[in-house]
Amino acid sequence: MAPPDRPRLAPLLSVRGLRVSFPEGGKRANVVDDVSFDVNEGETLALVGESGSGKTVTALSLLGLLPRPAGRVESGQALFQGRDLLALRGAALRSVRGGEIAMIFQDPNTALNPVTAVGSQIAEAVRAHGKVSRKAARSHAVELLRRVRMPDPEVRARAYPHELSGGMKQRALIAMAIAGEPRLLIADEPTTALDATVQAQVLGLLRDLQSTLGMALLIITHDMGVVAELADRVAVLYAGRIVETGPAAAVFDRPLHPYTAGLFASLPRLHTPRQHLPVIPGDVPGPHALPLGCRFRGRCHLEAPACAERDPPLVEAGPARRSACPRALERAARGVALPAHADSPEALGRA
Amino acid sequence: MNTPAAPLVEARGLVKHFPVRRGLLRRTVGWVRAVDGVSLEVREGETLALVGESGCGKTTLGRMLAGLAAPTQGIVKLGGEDLSAAPRGRLRRLRRDLQIIFQDPFGSLNPRWTVEAIVGEGLVNLGVASAERRDRIALALRKVGLDPQRHLARYPHEFSGGQRQRIGIARALVVHPRFVVCDEVVSSLDVSVRAQILNLLLDLQAESGHAYLFISHDLSVVRHIADRVAVMYLGRIVEEGPARAICEAPHHPYTRALLEAAPAVHPRERKERRPLGDDLPSPLAPPPGCRFHTRCSFRMDRCSLEEPPPLDVAPGHASRCFLPAEPGGTPQAQQERGGSHSP
Repeated sequence: MAPPDRPRLAPLLSVRGLRVSFPEGGKRANVVDDVSFDVNEGETLALVGESGSGKTVTALSLLGLLPRPAGRVESGQALFQGRDLLALRGAALRSVRGGEIAMIFQDPNTALNPVTAVGSQIAEAVRAHGKVSRKAARSHAVELLRRVRMPDPEVRARAYPHELSGGMKQRALIAMAIAGEPRLLIADEPTTALDATVQAQVLGLLRDLQSTLGMALLIITHDMGVVAELADRVAVLYAGRIVETGPAAAVFDRPLHPYTAGLFASLPRLHTPRQHLPVIPGDVPGPHALPLGCRFRGRCHLEAPACAERDPPLVEAGPARRSACPRALERAARGVALPAHADSPEALGRA
Repeated sequence: MNTPAAPLVEARGLVKHFPVRRGLLRRTVGWVRAVDGVSLEVREGETLALVGESGCGKTTLGRMLAGLAAPTQGIVKLGGEDLSAAPRGRLRRLRRDLQIIFQDPFGSLNPRWTVEAIVGEGLVNLGVASAERRDRIALALRKVGLDPQRHLARYPHEFSGGQRQRIGIARALVVHPRFVVCDEVVSSLDVSVRAQILNLLLDLQAESGHAYLFISHDLSVVRHIADRVAVMYLGRIVEEGPARAICEAPHHPYTRALLEAAPAVHPRERKERRPLGDDLPSPLAPPPGCRFHTRCSFRMDRCSLEEPPPLDVAPGHASRCFLPAEPGGTPQAQQERGGSHSP
């Protein structure tokens, strides 16, 4: 029988055994260590993790954007429509990047050229992906700005980045990203630098664009709110490894790894009063200070002596779900839930 | 939670304008009205949160309350004493009672100083003798969860973001202040570390009894730490009240928009939002009348003509909005809370 999380169609992007190393104290350390995941056509996968989890390095390595020579792909495969992205170089890589796969970054301030009008920058992106005249590219740029709901698109197309607010800059970058009609849009913390009200608008925009353009989204984020708003599926990264994957609603209802459960529990919420928050003790270990065995050791309330013996692999854990915690899976088999977040009626019912 | 007492910190009519200079002669072409007429009180031992989006003036207001920036107009009083009228020697004593913890645990600690020097600086300035200084530094570090033995002689770059924020907290609290301004102190921290720091701030307050002004853009964080909340928009406080009332029964349309913009806590609670129209108007020329009227979906004719004064909508809960107060909160807020959030 095929594993239940394998879709009938081949996934759009299939990452297998990705290892990326960076120099660390004279040696090289794997900051991404044996990471595998799929992104299906038109779906949204969120790679969730805190700083040092390897989520951004994963995304950068897919597009050949790792800082060199520091960052190095040690092994792995990233099949995108039959081609291994990790093996592409030069023109072949450039034709994929910004074309079939586009990326937007956290800080819209540094991603735009400060001395060129935003309309021209978008027009340049349009011309990079198809033979169109300058004039046609200009008017297409305005059309793209309209699509990302830029107020007064004709006027803003002539504006320079410093004349736009943070939210408008992020819209301009999204316009540039969708210029090549990508099949996959990678968004690295797309709303972290934005104010709450603007963040809500940009999340809504990404959701709408995805359904109208039918593209897949790979969201890189530390923010469970962004995951709740956008993701179909979630992969939780901790210290360079995926510790849990599954459909977003199922993972929120019933996390199957103590790290995920701890993350949910430590979120402040609008409807809980002034009180102590449950915490995950300690800090995320750096790649040079990983504990032996399971990487979450030392911070985990389910820890047992066996956890020191080996780093547990990600295994099947129910419909379309995987977890790297044998102890959480034992508990799940007995019907005992990990402490999830207090707002979820399911979690309360099972706890 | 706190019994009403004389205010520890009192601000009256605070204004801070920054000049905008252009051209070769750096002529002043306008004024950014960062804080434009704010009065507030912080009582002994309480936590007042100041919430707003970037550019609303919350950091500038916090700096004035901490005595780090002089107001263009208005006064700040600490324990009844006017900071701007205090003689220099007296001001130095008053300053000890006012401390600030900054957002960026990377930029706010001198990278060339050891932890001992950083945490002890305030004590040196107060002329505390070195033996007592050493004891108090060690105690402050232990209180924030650091080990003096291991950490005293280290430099900031040897610590994680969360540990650096702990050092910043120790530095502020070592002088036993009565009022601590926390400016976005958890915004740059990871989720799991953020909860640790919020809990630590609560514990330290329970132990020492100081008051906090907790500046944040995140209402859900504020709900966890604040007794009262003041919401700022374009240099003014538009709503002020108990934390629970602000988060569960907000009155001002801007507060409601902020709450509505908060992301879902579960994928099944995704909602379509009515976006807040347009961007923040320029603080160089705030709109006439109510400052929020250009983006408000409840706008009435009078809103562009006259600015609403703070009107009481419930005991201890005031809102600068002409909309009538509805008992038990706004219908909208109750709708938002419906379903899975029923008490």
